[in-house]
Amino acid sequence: MITTFLRIIKYGFLSFWRNALLSTATLSVIILALLVFEGLIISNVLTKTALTSLQEKIDISIYFKNDTLEDDVLKIKKSLEGLAEVKKVEYISKDKALEIFKEKHKDDPAIKQSLEELEENPLLASLNIKANDPQKYGIIADYLDKTDFKTWFEKVTYAQNAIVIERLGKIIDTAEKGAFVLIIFLALIAILITFNTIRLAIYSNREEIGIMRLVGASNSFIRGPYVIEGIIYGLIAGIFSVIIALPIIYFLSPYIQIFIAEMNLWNYFTSNFIGILIYQLIFGVALGVISSVIAVRKYLKI
Amino acid sequence: MIIFQNVSKIYNNNSHKMTALEEASFNINPKEFVSLVGKSGAGKSTIIKLLIGEEKPSKGRVIFKSYDVNKIKQRELPQLRRHIGVIFQDFRLLPNKNTYENVAFALEVAGRPQSDIKEFVPQALEMVGLKNKIGNFPRELSGGEKQRVAIARAMINHPDLIIADEPTGNLDPINSWEIIRLLLKINELGTTVVLATHNKEFVNYINQRVISVENGRIIRDEEKGKYILE
Repeated sequence: MITTFLRIIKYGFLSFWRNALLSTATLSVIILALLVFEGLIISNVLTKTALTSLQEKIDISIYFKNDTLEDDVLKIKKSLEGLAEVKKVEYISKDKALEIFKEKHKDDPAIKQSLEELEENPLLASLNIKANDPQKYGIIADYLDKTDFKTWFEKVTYAQNAIVIERLGKIIDTAEKGAFVLIIFLALIAILITFNTIRLAIYSNREEIGIMRLVGASNSFIRGPYVIEGIIYGLIAGIFSVIIALPIIYFLSPYIQIFIAEMNLWNYFTSNFIGILIYQLIFGVALGVISSVIAVRKYLKI
Repeated sequence: MIIFQNVSKIYNNNSHKMTALEEASFNINPKEFVSLVGKSGAGKSTIIKLLIGEEKPSKGRVIFKSYDVNKIKQRELPQLRRHIGVIFQDFRLLPNKNTYENVAFALEVAGRPQSDIKEFVPQALEMVGLKNKIGNFPRELSGGEKQRVAIARAMINHPDLIIADEPTGNLDPINSWEIIRLLLKINELGTTVVLATHNKEFVNYINQRVISVENGRIIRDEEKGKYILE
């Protein structure tokens, strides 16, 4: 049993080594396929980060009239937090607003001076509302429009930005769906190409498989070395795909940061290196083994 | 040891029926040397395919030892084939394995231990006179050498039966005689040999049982026979 297993492993390596040209060709295709997978993982992270950062920028702010009591504002905050569509409500008091304003303009002496001349804080208290889903801002705005507290509102920013927010919401939604479809599509292509390559490699061995059958080899003894070869393909291709990606990502990372400020791709890649490597190895091995098993099956019927 | 009972084999090719073997009946006993003669397409190869379970009979029964080829399952085929050594016209060596590995392979598939392989493979190669070609790959061997590797592989498992299907078809006369002498030697050592051939000279030289096939029918079956066709 163990001898047979060791022989299968030996023949897997031997066949990989002796068909060096075929192995290299097959390996190259699997590496390319895995690079596509890697690209998909990364582009998925990129779109997610880009979309979240966009979503973070969308909000509705309610500015309250000067004479509104803080208790009333907090009451509104509580009622808003009860809404299913609302993710977060932030209360910015008059004092806090002033603080933020001062901080923002600390380098501008003219504003600093004019603020000091004012006896009273000119800024308004506000509630900053973030929705779970950018599509839901309309519902929140409707709610605000119908509420009894409306008399306290000085202004609601949604009204001004309604069109932009709505459009942005739709774009984000479409982008998410589009990316998903694209990922499935590309992954499918990569899988099919790998499968076909391995199938061709085994097709060129079909006579050998027939001979083995005639000499009295059992199916598992014939299939075994191909499975081992599939594993070798997967492991080597997995490692190579990650190594090849390293310099590419190092080079691209600064350019990506220009588009998405929150995204440092190089840091992401290096800090998740082991995870990505394991992921690639699993994918490579699974692809290699499954393709081999399916491809060999056809020639085992002699 | 081998029993063919009213065996017919009919191939169905696109609704076109082709009878390769019709009502063939014969027995082969242990230690016999049987020449199976006939022209190409007469049905020799069909008989061989039925023996090694590559095909199943359309009618009748084929029995080899305790195996009933009609009923044998796909996963039992390897067991059957380990009792039979087969030698083909086109050698059918594994191209990516060297001489030693090609012969060792037959032992490996049978799950024999490494010590057996180390002992028996050199012996078998010595018998066929290829001890100096142990590390060569099939592409580096001549036709005669390849066929001798195939013979070493066929007999390494000490099979009950050796089937040689036109083993000299691709060889020059000198190498052909070499192969025939090897087969006779194997037979003398106690193994049943079935030799399919259309070479009159060899059959007459061997001077043992001859089964003649023509158009899928067995037309003659004689002890100490000669090659008589047309």
